[in-house]
Amino acid sequence: MSVSRVELWSGRALLVALMAFTILPFISIFTTALHPSGTVPSGLEWPAEPQWSNFVEAFKVANMTTLLASSAFIVLAVVPVSLVISTMAGFAIGLLRIRGANVLLFLFVFGLTLPFPGIIIPIYFLERAIGIYNTRLAIVLPLIALYMPFAVFWMRAHFVNMPSEISEAARVDGATTWGLFWRIHVPLARAPLASLGILMSIWTWNQFLLALVLVEDPTQRTMAGALGAFQGHYATDIPLLCAGTILILLPTLVLFVLFQRQIITALLQGSIKG
Amino acid sequence: MPLVSSWRINPGKVIRRETLIGWIFVLPALLMYAVFVLVPFLLTFVYSFYRWTGVGAATWVGLKNYVTVFEVPDLLGTIINAFWLVVFFSFIPVGLGLVVASVIHRVATGRLGAVARTILFLPQVIPLVAAGIIWGWLLALPGLINQILRAIGLGAITRAWLGDFDWALPAVGLIGIWVLLGFCTVLLLTGMTKVDAALYESARIDGAGWFREFISITVPLLRYEIGVCLTVTVIAALAAFDIVYVSTAGGPGNATAVPGIQIYILAFTQRQIGLASALAVMLMILVVVVIVPIQWLTREVKQ
Repeated sequence: MSVSRVELWSGRALLVALMAFTILPFISIFTTALHPSGTVPSGLEWPAEPQWSNFVEAFKVANMTTLLASSAFIVLAVVPVSLVISTMAGFAIGLLRIRGANVLLFLFVFGLTLPFPGIIIPIYFLERAIGIYNTRLAIVLPLIALYMPFAVFWMRAHFVNMPSEISEAARVDGATTWGLFWRIHVPLARAPLASLGILMSIWTWNQFLLALVLVEDPTQRTMAGALGAFQGHYATDIPLLCAGTILILLPTLVLFVLFQRQIITALLQGSIKG
Repeated sequence: MPLVSSWRINPGKVIRRETLIGWIFVLPALLMYAVFVLVPFLLTFVYSFYRWTGVGAATWVGLKNYVTVFEVPDLLGTIINAFWLVVFFSFIPVGLGLVVASVIHRVATGRLGAVARTILFLPQVIPLVAAGIIWGWLLALPGLINQILRAIGLGAITRAWLGDFDWALPAVGLIGIWVLLGFCTVLLLTGMTKVDAALYESARIDGAGWFREFISITVPLLRYEIGVCLTVTVIAALAAFDIVYVSTAGGPGNATAVPGIQIYILAFTQRQIGLASALAVMLMILVVVVIVPIQWLTREVKQ
């Protein structure tokens, strides 16, 4: 390969520098989290006596057990429902010969361009009117709806590429449309369903704006929403804030390390298809 | 039984049946989408024509809220700030991402490249709120950035970056670069591996250097991937909320106020629902106006 030594080493140096740029912030909050609560250490400084108890303290004051339960509840309510209804819609638009399929597709794709802050105000008043404001449903229902453009588009992209012979063979065997969907096509769609599930779980866990506007009680929020509230209370106690942030990051980071390949692939495919 | 068989394959009848069943399949998704997205979308337009505090009666004011957005410098300023954020959230990550991806592609195809990919991608999976808090601390007066500057003899320029009128917006931009660089790099790298390796091989046999290869092969052939990166990052910039809310809340003054933040403040702390909605409508139009040309310019030519 005709890559010169200069290029080889300058290229590697650039990569190492950028990796340091990415990773140093994490190291900085980690060392800061180990300083005595209430002090103001400098950015990168190993403490004389590491205060591991800060994590225990943050776990208690951030109400971590409640938070984990609340976030898990929201993810478990949002993701399965979104998967089922978006797969049904994607199946109908992509695979069945229905009139108006193009209009439906356009209607959903249009939603991809809508920024959350653009429609948050009516959602707030709507939820006050129907009485779900300040409950977990206040986050769950709009999130399911906001995922529909992407999720329907994603599943349709899968179904539209399925060879029609599969459906025809099933029809000849007398399968109903529901049977065709549930017994034949859903099992074949496991890969795109898994990616979509991973994506929507991460997005839900990290959702902030909806939690901030629609739920006042931090213990009913998502992880990210609770982190915002935690910052409000402990902005002046930097070591404790860093410890809390690490605790809230930990579940996502662990998941990322475990399912790194799937998550990267899912996020990339997600943006390419979107 | 010719009659029966011709009835069975009558395409009109089949399509009508499938249409009915198909719409039943679409219904749950469509219903949720209509109630919590389409209706709010339309209501935002409706609200924008009224003066309303959120309780009691609303007064019709026509286009007055839009005039206000254009006349009040602090409101129009949020849109200008949003365009500045595009430079940091979009142009720099995509430009730098192209360079980094081509460097990985050329000199680090082994272990180093794989590790770099993973590490650079890391900020993409954490909540943006966490990114905001982390960088809020890094950019603070005693934080890591100033510590590094002092260590390399630039102690004179240290400051509380997020509290500085001139530097707060670029500082917020830096957070965006940190979050989005890895995403762009990895996406562009995936695109590069799809480009026929023989093309790169023959370029190298001809003695093409890094820059030459970059300009003549990488950039033109990655048009589609570049378009995707631009679309995702431009939307992230124009609709930015989480990072700004947590790191500066729009301050100091209005130095980092972007439409998302201003909409939130107007609607939920100042109770000016109509004005907030007018800004929201403008934000939604802005996103479409910016995204459509990008999509059109970088679309894949169908063969």
